[in-house]
Amino acid sequence: LFVMADEALFQFLHNEVIQYIYKSSEHGEMENGRCITKLENMGFRVGQGLIERFTKDTARFKDELDVMKFICKDFWTCVFKKQIDNLRTNHQGIYVLQDNKFRLLTQLSAGKQYLEHAPKYLAFTCGLVRGGLSNLGVKSIVTAEVSVMPACKFQVMIQKM
Amino acid sequence: MAVCIAVIAKENYPLYIRSVPVQNELKFHYTVHTSLDVVEEKISAVGKAMADQRELYLGLLYPTEDYKVYPSHMIIVYYTPVCIFFLLIENILLYRHTRYGYVTNSKVKFVIVVDSSNTSLRDNEIRSMFRKLHNSFTDVMCNPFYNPGDTIQSKAFDSMVSAMMVQAS
Repeated sequence: LFVMADEALFQFLHNEVIQYIYKSSEHGEMENGRCITKLENMGFRVGQGLIERFTKDTARFKDELDVMKFICKDFWTCVFKKQIDNLRTNHQGIYVLQDNKFRLLTQLSAGKQYLEHAPKYLAFTCGLVRGGLSNLGVKSIVTAEVSVMPACKFQVMIQKM
Repeated sequence: MAVCIAVIAKENYPLYIRSVPVQNELKFHYTVHTSLDVVEEKISAVGKAMADQRELYLGLLYPTEDYKVYPSHMIIVYYTPVCIFFLLIENILLYRHTRYGYVTNSKVKFVIVVDSSNTSLRDNEIRSMFRKLHNSFTDVMCNPFYNPGDTIQSKAFDSMVSAMMVQAS
């Protein structure tokens, strides 16, 4: 099973990427959306490559639920060294992935401090999931919400093609 | 040793086709294209079948058969000198092609066409060829200069494929 060498390295790099993108954009409130999009697109391309590597030796997926379970267990473990804590679905194309201790938020705060900055730290991962799903043949929209860090929820809306 | 190797995107257009000799490329495009129907059939059959059908290797796509004659080739025959006509007939009658398929979890398909007269090629050799293809394809996917969906232009991929093809005489 493919495992990240040392997750701290990725966390530091991830944080610096976010700082860099925000610093190199012009000042202005509207820039926030553009930066989030850039981060999400980065995650998307990385997700595409990662999923190709991770699924190289796995059996073929039976259905959409099988794919989502793979994301929650193997994919999350390979990238974040833990599984998604809770997966819920309405069986109509909406999945909610709950991570009670999201690795990229644990260094930020243990409550509500810095909550307004949390979306920046979730954008890349949203893209990661969207990119991974895209290469598995699943078109989706992935958003994230946080109320108390480091817990967060990723919502995956499957798009019928 | 293959006579043709193809990589096809999940939207069913070719990302990469190599054949030997190079003049036969068009007919291999046809061969690979018709194989896609069989691939689709096999994948959709998996959905209803048991768990042990879930490996990525699909195996033989068609039983070994005589090479198919395509109408466009017959039309060309009438307008060419007689020697080329005989060459084509020879091609049609003597060369049998066996195709093997493999579909990744990312719905990318690999097709390997071998000369059926090559009976020394065993199943596990074909599997290892697909394994190499899949590994190289994964490397291409992870290359930041590659945009998913573009044709594959990686030299490393080219040389891996060359090593698996019959040598052009």
